[in-house]
Amino acid sequence: MLTKRIIPCLDIKDGRVVKGVNFVGIRDAGDPVEAAVMYNEAGADELVLLDILASHEGRKTIFDVVSSVAEQVFIPFTVGGGISSLDTMKELLRLGADKISVNSPAVRDPSIISRAADKFGSQCVVVAMDVRRVEGTDDWSVFVNGGRVDTGMDAVRWAVRAAELGAGEILLTSMNTDGAQTGYDIPITRKIADAVPIPIIASGGAGKLRHFAEALTDGRADAALAASLFHDKVMTVRQVKEYLSQNNIPVRIL
Amino acid sequence: MKIAILDYDVGNLRSVSKALEYVGARTVITKNPDEASAADALILPGVGAFRDACESFRQSGLEPALRCAVGAGKPVLGICLGMQLLMKDSTEHGLHEGLCLFPASITRFTENSAVDWSALKIPHMGWNSIKLNPKCPLFNGLPDVPFVYFVHSFCVKGAHEWSAATCEYGEEFTAAVWRGNLFGTQFHPEKSGEVGLQILRNFIAISEGRLC
Repeated sequence: MLTKRIIPCLDIKDGRVVKGVNFVGIRDAGDPVEAAVMYNEAGADELVLLDILASHEGRKTIFDVVSSVAEQVFIPFTVGGGISSLDTMKELLRLGADKISVNSPAVRDPSIISRAADKFGSQCVVVAMDVRRVEGTDDWSVFVNGGRVDTGMDAVRWAVRAAELGAGEILLTSMNTDGAQTGYDIPITRKIADAVPIPIIASGGAGKLRHFAEALTDGRADAALAASLFHDKVMTVRQVKEYLSQNNIPVRIL
Repeated sequence: MKIAILDYDVGNLRSVSKALEYVGARTVITKNPDEASAADALILPGVGAFRDACESFRQSGLEPALRCAVGAGKPVLGICLGMQLLMKDSTEHGLHEGLCLFPASITRFTENSAVDWSALKIPHMGWNSIKLNPKCPLFNGLPDVPFVYFVHSFCVKGAHEWSAATCEYGEEFTAAVWRGNLFGTQFHPEKSGEVGLQILRNFIAISEGRLC
């Protein structure tokens, strides 16, 4: 049976993992390669490497990180953060990334989705979207530039459009729940999962084991992503998967 | 011992070579038929569409080297679309002939109207469990029901006498093929974690004559 996926996200700045990383037993707590190896051993199904600085200088370091991760971790991984050209995508894929995630650049120029899908295949193209509920309504709006700019675009319509353009997956982060650790944003996750024929990765809000189960059942997500929860060792990937397995949600157990 | 990864301008060959090197193989990514023929074993990778990949492969001049290796009983492993190229034909973008090393057609998952596909997303992407033919040396030392990583929309339907592994997605399909020293996996061993690395270790051992 096809399993639900648990995906740790590494937020990377200047080649270092950031966000209160406190691993035990590894030399360099901020080394993304060591973190990736550890998550792989704990049973992560995929990894997301997010270049949160993504400045001109910062860009070179992410290439090195991708190359090193690809030499030591043999599960699929996605790279994202400020990627706006097919040349950059090609280079990251060549270095060993399996998928590229695009966020704001896809909103500014949606043709990047179809061009990337034509060139590399839909399975390589993840459209990441940051959304926030429009207060007092049942609608969510798409934000860009790290959540600073409200585009006014309807989240469900954008997801449908992205899928039509050839996106292979949607990485959906709710700004309402992100960082709150009170659970994923189930209503919008479900709305989008029901509206598009491609897999949805739920992101933002995981704080307890049951939150993962909720996103994968009520939210109808295909995968659930978390960053600080795993970085801060609040729980391990292994614990999440054991919990899901006990609750009859199909997961890959090592 | 050297394993040649055939480069005919499709897909990410680096992932395959990095994984093989991680488990101790010497590899060469090559477009050169002589270099391919000189290797002890061959890997036929591939992503993308069947027709384009088949055309590129035929134009690459590598086909005789591959057929020669298969004829000589050298270990050969096709991965994902590389496995599909070993088949008789495919219906992706019209009917196109493959290398005919196995007598099966590649068809789209959704071509079987007896299955309700509305609840299943295509491509079949992610980790799925496979049922193994325990006699196949490629699967030596694996757990009974291993999970491997798939990304594909087309497949060989059903189980055949040469199916080395099968998988369920809507219906049963062939996840790996095997005849003599010719192997193919629909999944990606280079992205299937420790299970995938063990499969690659086995392929190396077969290539070195330590496993058969």
